[in-house]
Amino acid sequence: MKTIYMDNNATAKVADEVLQAMLPYFSDFYGNPSSMHTFGGQVGRKIQQARGQVAQLLGAQPEEIVFTSCGTESDNAAIRSALAVQPDKRHIIISRVEHPAVRVLCDHLSREGYRVTQLPVDKGGILDLELLEKSLTPDTAVVSLMWGNNETGVIFPVEEAARLAHDRDVMFHTDAVQATGKIPINMKNNVIDMLSISGHKMHAPKGVGVLYVRRGTKFAPFLIGGHQEKGRRGGTENTPGIIGLGKACELAAQNLVEESTRVKRLRDKLEKELLTKIPQSRVNGDTENRLPNTTNISFEYVEGEAILLLMNELGICASSGSACTSGALQPSHVLRAMGVPFTMAHGSIRFSLSIYNTEEEVDFVIEKMPPIIERLREMSPFWNQEGQSCAVQ
Amino acid sequence: MWEYTDKVKEHFLHPRNVGEIENPDGIAEVGSLACGDALKLTFKLDENKRIADAKFKTFGCASAIASSSALTEIIKGMTLEEALKVSNRDIAKYLGGLPDEKMHCSVMGKQALEKAIENYRGTPALEAGAKIICECFGVTDKEIETAVRENNLSSVEEVTNYTKAGGGCGGCHDAIARIIDRVKAEPKVQVEPRLTNLQKIRLIEETIDNEIRPSLRHDGGDLELIDVVGSRVIVATRGACATCKASGITLKNFVEQKLKERVSPEIIVEEEGK
Repeated sequence: MKTIYMDNNATAKVADEVLQAMLPYFSDFYGNPSSMHTFGGQVGRKIQQARGQVAQLLGAQPEEIVFTSCGTESDNAAIRSALAVQPDKRHIIISRVEHPAVRVLCDHLSREGYRVTQLPVDKGGILDLELLEKSLTPDTAVVSLMWGNNETGVIFPVEEAARLAHDRDVMFHTDAVQATGKIPINMKNNVIDMLSISGHKMHAPKGVGVLYVRRGTKFAPFLIGGHQEKGRRGGTENTPGIIGLGKACELAAQNLVEESTRVKRLRDKLEKELLTKIPQSRVNGDTENRLPNTTNISFEYVEGEAILLLMNELGICASSGSACTSGALQPSHVLRAMGVPFTMAHGSIRFSLSIYNTEEEVDFVIEKMPPIIERLREMSPFWNQEGQSCAVQ
Repeated sequence: MWEYTDKVKEHFLHPRNVGEIENPDGIAEVGSLACGDALKLTFKLDENKRIADAKFKTFGCASAIASSSALTEIIKGMTLEEALKVSNRDIAKYLGGLPDEKMHCSVMGKQALEKAIENYRGTPALEAGAKIICECFGVTDKEIETAVRENNLSSVEEVTNYTKAGGGCGGCHDAIARIIDRVKAEPKVQVEPRLTNLQKIRLIEETIDNEIRPSLRHDGGDLELIDVVGSRVIVATRGACATCKASGITLKNFVEQKLKERVSPEIIVEEEGK
């Protein structure tokens, strides 16, 4: 059975070019980039090249790029650093829809005595910048807001938010794990202090990430050890991963146009056709300010895990924000923050495409989804024979 | 991805007895859209008062659908007395087991069965005087009261962990909080006997070892009991706690609070050398 992979916000295929670029660094060129000999030094030069490739994609300087092990490490390092360099400030601002790498860290920090403000979002998952402005206090150390939401794809106006924070002398971090490579990012045009990237969301392997730290930003390392990354991140470099991420950034720069045209068109087609063919379905999140590859659709009166498993029978991969998929009692915190009704939240499916998806795949999913939803609705006590809404408890 | 048995997968992909019996002898609906799973069960009896047919309609995940399918297969041919003896474990066993997080799916099947039989017999579905507090999970005030009393629960979150009440839409959190307050305000029936000094120290030690240190260790910290002088409990912080600026707050809000609850309201916790 062919796999139709539409779960790219969870993780993405390693690009062939990326794999080829990495392979020699597992076998022939295993030297330590910090070594004095040429055998190690040549690997060091490759890392510098990768640093340049990442910087190029972000409109950054190579020395502003710190390689890490993943997006979560980057997020932890950024927020912990902002607190460490401003020990007198005890307040953090995030949003209610942040990734667990930020949200759970902040829960933890609040138990350590920090005050955390979680900004709400509206029905479309949109942030109220005025509320952000009002929440900034002289005690605020850092604002951390994601650039693109992993579940809905909704884009936050982080560049404006960063300016507001800076006007009040507050540091600004953004988790750009989902946005990088999908929409243009140019650090020359904003005042964001720190930005997190994850390799495996952009066709590099798992186990490598980046924290961008703007030149002049005070920084305290998270992993303390050797002098690697100019003392900003101890630990011998994941050389194949870093070289792969460099290549992936080079490819991402070339593919940005395709993301915003062909991928977006496929996503829009998928979304439009599913909404037309399946009654009582709707999109979660603002469709204006959204990553080009993501759509989050709710099918009322059916449950997400059951939908996913029937899709799985046909080789179609996607995700759900239902409670049952996570083992929690409640559906996704993102959908709840947006006030998506429970009748809808349990039946939410996220499709996240990539440049590797084809028109045929999208057509296949459009053909297969309606019978899957119908089959489950026929089993559902909330769905009546006429195929219309019914008594809701 | 859940580790479902082949039997669960098979009953999910090819569920038996989907639908609704017209003019059923017994009918029940449990769960709700809000909580993410719901089951409507109908059955019909034959002339020997055995279950001739049973059908279900389920909204929920794969294991909820498989549990419903299994339930209808199990009870067919049973008398109502036999059917009432079917437990949620029997449903899970029939399916070759369910993941721990999914056991509530089998509980839902059991609840539907009991309710449908009650519906047939015309006996009240609820214990006399009980009122549903959590609509999502169908938990009554009596169930919450019992859980609070027997387990000495003090927060809504704890009640959710024990009974699932409040884990859905959250609309009943205030009502749960009021029940907790009410139970807490109840006069203690038994006046707790005064502890001897030795018993008190032992209880302090037990509480620290069993309830306090595991939590602290979870965050990389630790605590050691140094001395007990009257109601003053002297401790030393270890690990991450020893260097944590907020450890004073932890000592007052968590350690002292727990000891006050478990040992005596007079307990005061002090850090060694401070």
